[in-house]
Amino acid sequence: MPDRYSPLHQLHVDAGASFTDFAGWQMPVSYGSDLAEHHAVRTSAGIFDISHMAEIRVDGPDAAAFLDYALAGKLSAIAPLQAKYSLLLTEQGGIIDDLVVYRGGDRPSAFLVVANAGNRHEVVMALQERSAGFKVAVADESDIVSLIAVQGPLARGIVEAVLADDLSELKYYWGHETTWQGGRCFVARTGYTGEDGFELYINVNQAAELWGALRAAGGDTLSPAGLASRDTLRLEAGMPLYGHELGVDTFPVQAGLGRVVAMAKEGDFVGRAAVEAGPASTARLLVGLTTEGKRAGRAGYPVFDGDREVGVITSGALSPTLGYPIAMAYVDPDAAESTSLAIDVRGTRIDASVVKLPFYKRESK
Amino acid sequence: MADATTLQYTAEHEWVLVEGDTATVGITAYAAEKLGDVVFVELPKVGSDVASGTVVGEIESTKSVGELFAPVNGTVAAANDAVVSDPSLVNSDPFGEGWLIKVAFTSLPTLMTYAEYSELVGE
Repeated sequence: MPDRYSPLHQLHVDAGASFTDFAGWQMPVSYGSDLAEHHAVRTSAGIFDISHMAEIRVDGPDAAAFLDYALAGKLSAIAPLQAKYSLLLTEQGGIIDDLVVYRGGDRPSAFLVVANAGNRHEVVMALQERSAGFKVAVADESDIVSLIAVQGPLARGIVEAVLADDLSELKYYWGHETTWQGGRCFVARTGYTGEDGFELYINVNQAAELWGALRAAGGDTLSPAGLASRDTLRLEAGMPLYGHELGVDTFPVQAGLGRVVAMAKEGDFVGRAAVEAGPASTARLLVGLTTEGKRAGRAGYPVFDGDREVGVITSGALSPTLGYPIAMAYVDPDAAESTSLAIDVRGTRIDASVVKLPFYKRESK
Repeated sequence: MADATTLQYTAEHEWVLVEGDTATVGITAYAAEKLGDVVFVELPKVGSDVASGTVVGEIESTKSVGELFAPVNGTVAAANDAVVSDPSLVNSDPFGEGWLIKVAFTSLPTLMTYAEYSELVGE
């Protein structure tokens, strides 16, 4: 497969970004210093190009009922303009992808399903297959929609200045339909950093111009930020990343996402029987781990309880905000309560403590 | 900061400055950029013997871990404590203040020239 490029690619090149392959896309990994970008998001604001994300439009008289069947959550319960985090499960209860679903405001029969770039085709295929018998159209709009995230304590003022909108009343996990320079723009108070922030959906033809307008409005208070800082930010915020904490072999309850599955909703949904039966009682559980010093556990490193290997790290880094190493790991159920865990960092055992996720929570105002 | 064009290089993205029987070793700007912000550096102890091609230290960034290979056979004559206490020097001045170790070498393998290394990294 040839590399894919964001519509903003040239802007990133001009800004001195270094790039990495992400699900076949050449995306900015940083613009010079991932640490500076991380701190900018925590203390000021950062702007991310996440145009590689997949946008799938589900529209029709049966759209809400269809999503209740196709996804783990009760999407029919969300109000126009509301967002919901959800999961697409296999019949066996595994996770095909984690998603954010928005309901249209002007058009409540329409939903926008936002999926991970690497799962785009699996999600589109699953939704199309599951739509049989429902009056609904599933359309992959990823190639015409760009996504720009502005995150951080100063994000609101920057987005408001560009959109000429008051977003003070927009609640977390709600969206707002507006226009920008004559084109449609959907702005949602969502993100993947643990900070206040917004995600702006815009036609690819306007994406570069919108990026430029946001950069201009933010000035020195807004740092372009790449995937490296996005990863450390989401890890601090305890947010799972598909392929690390989530996969087709993972039940939602193992990942701490049992609440995302609406067991109480009426009717069948794909994966229901398997989720009701649940994973084996020995199935590993996701936990947060912290260690002392500076050497971080990384994805794939084993977790020990005494001499017994009880788990494996799925993500880990030296937390830029907290100053000590943090990791997420899957461990045996009894180890999730253990006070004698250690991680193996390339041959050296380092004592680890199980902590409640998230590692970092912003102060609420 | 050393003149990058006069240094020698390894395929592991390290630079070597040879002065008499001492080789000063660091990682290249290319490697530092690929690693991202360096947050932890572990260096071999002064006086320890090192063998060319073996791992003698670690350079960790927020997102990955790089290994420090000894480019020569010899004895560690100095380790840069400044980099251990401030690993960001590897990013800000990889060819200068971000140097890692000095090795009193007993033999010097054939290393790459600046032109050869530039070709390797496609620059």
